[in-house]
Amino acid sequence: MMPPPAPSPPPKVELRNVDLRYFGLSGETEAIKDISLAIAPGEFVAIIGQSGCGKSTLLSLISGILQPTGGGVLIDGKPVAGPSRKVGYMLQQDYLFEWRTILDNAVLGAEIQGADMRKARERATGLLTRYGLGQFLDHLPRQLSGGMRQRVALARTLTTEPDVVLLDEPFSALDSQTRLALADEVAEILRRERKTAILVTHDIGEAISMAERVIVLSRRPGRVKSDHAIQFAGATRPAPLAARNAPEFNVYFNTLWQELEVHVEG
Amino acid sequence: MSKADAVTAATPGISTQYRDWLRRERRARLTVRGTQFALLVIFLVLWEVLPRAQLINPLFTSYPSALWPTFVELLKDTPQQPGILTHTWATVVATVIGFTAAMVLGTLVAAALWWWHGLYKVLDPYLVVANAMPKTAFVPIFYIWLGATLSIYAMSLAISLFITILVIYNGFQSIDPNKIKLAQTFGASRRQILTKVVLPGSVPTLIAALKVNAGLSLVGVVVGEFQSANVGLGYLIQYGSQIFKLNIVMTAITILAMVSSLMYLAISWLESAVMRRR
Repeated sequence: MMPPPAPSPPPKVELRNVDLRYFGLSGETEAIKDISLAIAPGEFVAIIGQSGCGKSTLLSLISGILQPTGGGVLIDGKPVAGPSRKVGYMLQQDYLFEWRTILDNAVLGAEIQGADMRKARERATGLLTRYGLGQFLDHLPRQLSGGMRQRVALARTLTTEPDVVLLDEPFSALDSQTRLALADEVAEILRRERKTAILVTHDIGEAISMAERVIVLSRRPGRVKSDHAIQFAGATRPAPLAARNAPEFNVYFNTLWQELEVHVEG
Repeated sequence: MSKADAVTAATPGISTQYRDWLRRERRARLTVRGTQFALLVIFLVLWEVLPRAQLINPLFTSYPSALWPTFVELLKDTPQQPGILTHTWATVVATVIGFTAAMVLGTLVAAALWWWHGLYKVLDPYLVVANAMPKTAFVPIFYIWLGATLSIYAMSLAISLFITILVIYNGFQSIDPNKIKLAQTFGASRRQILTKVVLPGSVPTLIAALKVNAGLSLVGVVVGEFQSANVGLGYLIQYGSQIFKLNIVMTAITILAMVSSLMYLAISWLESAVMRRR
């Protein structure tokens, strides 16, 4: 007789045999095939794969703006039927509205969800101040640098107080220094706030340094190819920038590099 | 002490090269303005001299110097005619009514087309054809249908409405889909996407549409007045040409030029006031 499995907390986010096909006049495209995943509360997971493997689609499914053509997505055990307040989504760029001030941008989500605006403004002001943007509340987005704008986007996501934060290559539009610094900051903020985070990226280094679990997707149709726990020696996990210097980093990097089967086409 | 020296003295950090650059920039700006002014003067001088030298028939063109006395004369109300300010006012009011109606209706129709994409697909060819139609062909019909005053507003609206719809709808379509996706991730309804993303994001387009249709509305009003009015600058032009007084025609046209310049200035001012917020 098998011993009973160790009790684990119920998953925060669960995908059960999720399929997604896109329809077009010239045929249907299978973007995602039979993906099953369970993500525990407070876990930081990175999903990597080559472009076109359905990584971003996966986030759209979890956020509820897209419905799977097969299988189901569950948050806290309940099927996702549409955009949920429990989920915050950070897109590839900040997409701040150029006609709104920084503070008004940060409360956009709360405004759409019909939340108490006085509280939302308070919370957004607190977040922006913590991210070093306290004196820019009344500025317009064009007056801020790329890194500052992406921090406003993070504040906009967190003002609605989601439990799960989806990050779709949120640093890809930034220059490399800003990118590293902001990855550090964001990882720290999300860990401190005990958010469940799902990061989609094609940057292996970003995935290893930020996440405690990396899932590799195959080429289209996207399937889970492998699932790696990322562990570093020591009592506490190093910050992303420090993690890049840890000896384990290179080992993981090489493993994942081979998993991804990167071929330069041409 | 020259002016340039004064600048250097006031701002000690300024380099000689920068001072030279500023001077060149200023000279380039003055050259453009000077040339613009010179062109206007040349035009007015030719208009004055050629008819007087009998090189062109003054009966057909009048002269600039004849316009001011004509203007002063036209200022007075006569038993047959109201004064020229009344004519100008009538034309301006009709134009403002025309382009305001075109903006409001155009935005509403564009929003409806955005809301029901199927409606856009169905109406698209008709809108394009309606826009390409010479609307002035309808002047006599509008007069029969709507009477003297309303037909002028209708012509002003007809001539600017379709282009307004197309410009604004295109503006709605060119909103970054990722901004809409962002709103959707927060669970935005279609109505919220329209009022919080699409409409505020289209303000530059709305101003561009206003620029186009203010000029077109003026055309519509003048053409409408040719047919049906007993007041307005279009009417005055028609009247002047019928009694072969080109002085009257030319005075009315000059005022039209001033009206359209003022409208352009007003819209530019509105544009810079709005854009300062972005």
